[in-house]
Amino acid sequence: MSIEIRNIAKRFGNFTALDHINLEVKTGELLALLGPSGCGKTTLLRIIAGLEAPDDGQILFHGEDTTEKHVRERNVGFVFQHYALFRHMTVFENVAFGLRVRPKETRPSDAEIKRKVHELLNLVQLDWLADRYPAQLSGGQRQRIALARALAVEPKVLLLDEPFGALDTKVRKELRRWLRRLHDEMHITSVFVTHDQEEALEVADRVVVMNKGKIEQLGSPSDVYDKPATPFVYQFLGDVNLFQSRVHEGWAHVGDARFAAPQGQTDQAVVYVRPHEIDVSREGGAGALSGVISHVRLLGATVRLEVDVAGQDAVEVELTRERYLQGDWKVAETVYLLPREARVYVPSAAEWTDGGGI
Amino acid sequence: MPAASTALPPIASLELRRDDAGAVLYISGRLDAPGSAQIWPQARQLVHGEIRVDASAVTYCDGAGLALLYDVIQRGATVEHLPDRYATLLAQLDPTTPLKTAPAVVSPPFLIGLGQRALAAWQQLYQAIAFIGELSAAVALVLRNPRQLRLGETLLHCAKAGADALPIVALVSFLLGVILAFQSAIPMRQFGAELFVANLVGLALVRELAPLITAVLLAGRTGAAFAAEIGTMKVNEEINALVTLGLEPVRFLVLPRVLAVTLMAPLLTVLAEVIGIFGAALVLLTFNIPLMTSAGQVMDTVGFTDYIGGLAKATFFGFGVAAIGCLRGLSTGAGASAVGNSTTRAVVSAIVMLVVTDGLFAVAFFYLGW
Repeated sequence: MSIEIRNIAKRFGNFTALDHINLEVKTGELLALLGPSGCGKTTLLRIIAGLEAPDDGQILFHGEDTTEKHVRERNVGFVFQHYALFRHMTVFENVAFGLRVRPKETRPSDAEIKRKVHELLNLVQLDWLADRYPAQLSGGQRQRIALARALAVEPKVLLLDEPFGALDTKVRKELRRWLRRLHDEMHITSVFVTHDQEEALEVADRVVVMNKGKIEQLGSPSDVYDKPATPFVYQFLGDVNLFQSRVHEGWAHVGDARFAAPQGQTDQAVVYVRPHEIDVSREGGAGALSGVISHVRLLGATVRLEVDVAGQDAVEVELTRERYLQGDWKVAETVYLLPREARVYVPSAAEWTDGGGI
Repeated sequence: MPAASTALPPIASLELRRDDAGAVLYISGRLDAPGSAQIWPQARQLVHGEIRVDASAVTYCDGAGLALLYDVIQRGATVEHLPDRYATLLAQLDPTTPLKTAPAVVSPPFLIGLGQRALAAWQQLYQAIAFIGELSAAVALVLRNPRQLRLGETLLHCAKAGADALPIVALVSFLLGVILAFQSAIPMRQFGAELFVANLVGLALVRELAPLITAVLLAGRTGAAFAAEIGTMKVNEEINALVTLGLEPVRFLVLPRVLAVTLMAPLLTVLAEVIGIFGAALVLLTFNIPLMTSAGQVMDTVGFTDYIGGLAKATFFGFGVAAIGCLRGLSTGAGASAVGNSTTRAVVSAIVMLVVTDGLFAVAFFYLGW
């Protein structure tokens, strides 16, 4: 089932949570709504579910206007960030609940319910926990039960609100791979909200990057990562170094280095370089920036150097551990930085005075 | 120890002189932390509004001194002749722009405040009306199709609100009967009318006190528990989970609770009446009135209408207490303290409701001649 979001707007007092959003979720895809806190992604999800009413606009499920329909008529499965399992029921009862409370005409027989619940519990690999209570489970287990509960009523749409937000990194990584596999098996139209760009890029078919109630970009994970439409997307998807520069004859100059710049109204420009796209060397060359290493931080497999470059903010350089050991970089030595890739944005005059450096 | 030796030697000093252009405050010496501390109170006294401060004799100035100078400039002074190396530091603080402080919280103008309160009151009323509507719809649905009622859940709440409350209701109503009997027996005795204490206590308990005290106990025990249970479910988004699974929280959570308490309140009231009268009879026994005589007196005075009136009140009170508890639970906001707030509000508004409706019942019964 496809979902079409037409011109949806929502305000809370003076705060604009959603500023006329248009979006289409295709049948059977897994779509991620990605953005910082307060960008409106959860509000959008709750509006799709019907838990929140929009001020303006329409929601269409499979071409049919659902805006005025009650949540229970929409047939959505919703997974909450904090699980929202029924605490006084066992795991089995939680999953069976959605089926048990159906009116008699559509309610499956007890044996059928039992079979279905065990099938779902097997699917989330937790059949052995059927008799426990939610309080006796770990966070990851609870979230999988919550997912099984949402799937039990055979929803046409699955909505997940930061499903892994309350879990630790390791469990989170495991669960998102598992969610991807599950989706590949079930092909249910799913929308999930996250503020973790890694999660969105790894799990989703398509990613919607949101900021301040607007959609910044919509595309496949590789699209949004490789071809970010706006500086915001570029900065939000991973760490980035910013260089303030001036455009002169089509080139943005940063120290001795220069980068091809697009035509703009101003000569101000911002050059973005990702930390892992910078080479470090001890010999200066054409287009190299010189700086002094101020910090060396070990982050497991990678090593991060912080380099003070004259006239710029501290530049972060990410090296693999091998390259760090080969180079034997020390704090306080002078090094030369060679960006392999860079992006140059020439903001319009209005943006420039407004934000300073985006 | 002589006083002079405890005083610090002056590190920095202030002097107020007047010249042709007006008053000038001369600062001299080391403006480090101790030095600034020495002269700060004095400087605050001397600097009111525009005044010139001559700092040419400052020999040293660090952060503390800059803070002092910043302070006097903020108070309206102009600092002159500060040695250059300190003047550049001071300039970086940008001392002439007024310090931005958080704007004081001002209460909104009268009309806006009135509007806001009216809006809040209207929203509460709206919520209550919507709740009553949903509850009526749920009742209608269950009347048409009794299988929709969650019988197990209803019985569970009956046990919790009714059976579990037996000891406390018994204790309170027994003591109430005893106290009433004692307090009224003493003045009645002066007229030799101890016998009529049974009539008095019987009537008071059956018509007023047993329904009221039972309802107050229910508000504290059960109404608060409903608000807390439903409020916790709301905070944990369990209510939203119910809704997405296709259930109305009112039919599913509220109806069994309200029904249970509405049924249990009159039963508890009957118990309270019997035990209260028994307590009073025991007291009268010490005044040499046999139990049988007390019983006969009560039977004679307390009519069937009194009894039915009391039970009608009890039923209504039970419904109100449970409905208010559930409504407060459902309207719980977000956050950890929200559940506590709803619980408190459930008890307070239930008790206010009890007293007000009891008054209304009294007026109604008076006109009905009951």
